[in-house]
Order: sequence, then structure tokens, then C-alpha cells
Amino acid sequence: MPPHLGDSHRRFLQSMMSNSVMDEQQARALYQHCCDIHKAQCVPDKLDDFIETINSKLQPMFMQIRKGMSEDNGQQYYALVNMAETDVTRMSSDYADNELELFRKTMDLIVSSENGKVSSTDVLNVADTLTIKKLKKSEAEQVLNRLVQDKWLNEKRGEFSLSIKCIIEMEPYIRRMYEDQLKMCHICHNVAFQCQICDSPTCGIKIHNPCVARYFKGRVEPRCPACDEFWPYEIPGISFYISIYKST
Amino acid sequence: MTQRKRLSNTQGRRSDPLEEDDSDLTFTQPSTSQVQRGLDKFTGSQMDQKAAEVIQYILVKDQKKIPVRRADLVKHVLKDYRYIYPEIMKRVLQTFDQVFGLKLVEIDTKNHLYILINKLEPQEGAAGPPNPKMGLLFVILSLIFMKRGAVKESECFQCLLYICGERHEQFGDVKKLVTDEFVRQRYLECVRIPHTEPVEFEFHWGQRAELEVSKAKILDFMGELHNQDPQTWSQQYKEAHAPPPAAPSTSQPNHSQR
Ligand SMILES: [Zn+2]
Ligand SMILES: [Zn+2]
Repeated sequence: MPPHLGDSHRRFLQSMMSNSVMDEQQARALYQHCCDIHKAQCVPDKLDDFIETINSKLQPMFMQIRKGMSEDNGQQYYALVNMAETDVTRMSSDYADNELELFRKTMDLIVSSENGKVSSTDVLNVADTLTIKKLKKSEAEQVLNRLVQDKWLNEKRGEFSLSIKCIIEMEPYIRRMYEDQLKMCHICHNVAFQCQICDSPTCGIKIHNPCVARYFKGRVEPRCPACDEFWPYEIPGISFYISIYKST
Repeated sequence: MTQRKRLSNTQGRRSDPLEEDDSDLTFTQPSTSQVQRGLDKFTGSQMDQKAAEVIQYILVKDQKKIPVRRADLVKHVLKDYRYIYPEIMKRVLQTFDQVFGLKLVEIDTKNHLYILINKLEPQEGAAGPPNPKMGLLFVILSLIFMKRGAVKESECFQCLLYICGERHEQFGDVKKLVTDEFVRQRYLECVRIPHTEPVEFEFHWGQRAELEVSKAKILDFMGELHNQDPQTWSQQYKEAHAPPPAAPSTSQPNHSQR
């Protein structure tokens, strides 16, 4: 029998529609809240089953509530995604064509970078090379600000990375677009932008920073899970453990 | 007579901040044989697919609270499926109801404008972080309601100036929020007061507010604010607790079949 959709599911979905992205704690609280209102049974660790029920009804509309891990803090986030249009053009009601071109070029730079980040200077330099209509430096800065405000990009100390919302919503597009340039995490098998790469020239596997923290936690001598070579990097610190603890 | 063109736009259209100003001419009332041919031409799953596209389109518009025009829907989404519009819309309404808990309502029968309203009982502090803009809107709607349906623009802004200043940390330009956003979203209606020189305007409740906001709740809120029994505003109390007027032409976008 197909799972039955109740008002608790509908209310949860409506909240997902009005919040572009939600972290796991918020989603759990919302799940509890929606069940309370509609007197539905709430099983604390069945959030993903609850969401799966909603997704089964969303599937004919090519929509889905997807989950993804933030590369910054290792937390899980949820977002409602329109799978029919996972590319940058979905943003066309909010951004002009040349602004979208700047965003695409920023993505190019981030994907091809070593560490999943790009400096604002590098982005401003490509603003000069736009084919549709060039953006002045000040205009490009404003566009970048808006992209951060709308949660498509993260900014930290003058460097940009892709936000969790961007990664969840555009992953299918990113996979299609950058196929062979993409790095995949050896641990969680998702696309990785900010990650550590195995030193051994014959191996070179990638692991997300939070996945590194989780995987090597408590091991005396960290070794690559693929080739068993010594893992030469600093294992991300205490802050990761805290956020991982919170989410498990 | 098989086809009747709808000339709904012949009466001067009031300036409408909708993106596209295209007439409703793209929608022609289909004849029975056209409907039948349409139904024969498309499979059930094709119709489901088209319904899914319509839903996506309406949801995108709704996110910005822009009413959907039937003419745009037909032109941009339905296309070849226009003759079986009612059949597609039946599926759309059903999905909005069963999956999203939303209802599509026609708010303007002349220009065929639709908005989505929530079927679920509103909840305090639900739906994620509270929305301060909605708080402001609630205040304006209360003001209008207590003044029996209309408040002069100047009076409204004076009141807002008092509440939140000219520029607000979160709202930015408050005047702009009210005159542009709330009016475009149909929470408010801005009407010219006749025979005024210089021209003056007043605010009324917009159609979305009429459908989504409970007058009884507003009166309770005023009662709490003034520490007064809501029943003492007898006129407002009567209005707030009157049986709802004839239900807004429900969902099924009208297709007068003759
Ligand atoms: Zn990983
Ligand atoms: Zn290795």
C-alpha cells in the first residue's frame, strides 16, 4: 500500500517551500511540530521516512526534498528541489543574463580549484571577460553580494565557495556540467569541493573535510582508506566533532 | 457558433504591475469536438506531465505572490493542451489539494487571475522563522479594518513612520514595501480617492487578504492590544463574525459549457 499523506506532511512541505534550506535540527523540530499540530505519530528518528513519503507524492512533479552535507560544518541540510530544472537558468527570474554568466564563471573557478574556493579578486577579473554584457567592478561586487544573500554562495575572508543550498539544488546540473573535473568523496560518495586529497600519486582519492574528521576520529595513525598510505594532513579539529555530535 | 473569443480586455485595464501585459485572447473557448479531439490525442500520462508543468509554473509565481493569469498559463505552459484546459486543471487542483494542502482560487473573474491559498489552519510561529513583513502587514490590515475598510495613504504612512521609521533595518524602504510589494501581492489595494486635488489615495484590503486573513483574529488582536472586549466594537464584531460571503468562485477555472 502506498504511504498515506496527511496534513502533517502537507504542513512540513509548505514550510520547506517557504524556507530555501533547513538544517537537520530545524527539520527535526519542524517534523515534531507538524505532527503535534495534526496529532500524527512522530517517531524521532524516522524523519527521513517521513520525508520519503512526501517525496513519493512529489515525484510526478519532478520535485524532491533532498539532503546534503555542508562542507563547512559537516551538518546535514534539507532543501526542496525542482528536479526538472536544476541548472542555473532557474535563477533567471532574479538575475540578469550577464549576472548569471558571472555566477557560471564563478562556479567554473570553484570546481577547477584545488580547495573548492575562489578569491573575490579572481571573480572580479572574470567580470571583465563576460560575453553577454560586461559588468563594472562595483556592479560585479553587488551581484556577488546578492548571490551570498540569496544563499547561492558562501563568503569567508574574501573567498567564495558554493553554498549548501547550491550544492543540494544544483548537484544534478553540476554532475552533468563538470563530469570529469569533479572530485568525489571516497567516504560518502558525493561531490566534493572542499576536501583533502591522498598524497600517493597512484591513489589520489578525495575526502570531504567533515568526512575526514568523522573517518579518522580516534585513530592513532591516520592512513588512506584506499591505499593505506600515511594520511599527511591535519585532521579537522574539535569544532567538527562538536557539530557531528549534535547531528547524530 | 463554435468559438467565442473572450474580449475581456476591452474595458480599460487598470495599470497592473503584472509582468506581461498580454490579452486573454490566447484563450479561446474550445468546442466540444475540439475537447474530444484533445482528449483522444493525449494519453493520461501526458496529461499528468502537463499538469506537473502547470503546478511548477504556479508555484514559482506563488513564491513571489504574483497572481497567475490564465492567458499566460495557456501561452507559456498549456500550449497544445489548451483545448483540454479543464481536464488538466482538474488534475492540478487535485494535486494542490492532496499533496500541498493548497487551493487555487480565482480572484478576478474578468481577467482570470488566480492565487494559491492555504487550506491548512494557520499556526502561530509555525512555518519556520516568523516573517516580520507579515507582522507589519497585519498591523496595516488591522488599521484598515478598524477604520471600516479604508485608510488614507498619508494616514497609513504616518502611522508606519511612528511604528518603524522611514527606513527599517529589515524592510528597507517601508513605503515601497507597502505600495509595491503588498499591493502587487494583492494583500492591499490602492485606490484613488475621487475628486481630490492633489490626487490622494487610500488603502483597502486586497483580495488575498480577504481570503487568507481572519477578521475575527484581527479583532481579538485589537482587543488584547487595547485590553478591551472585542464585542465593544459592535460594527467590526458583526462584520468579523458574519457568515462568509458566497465562497470565492472555487478553483475550477470557469469554463462555461453551453
Ligand atoms: Zn564525504
Ligand atoms: Zn590513498
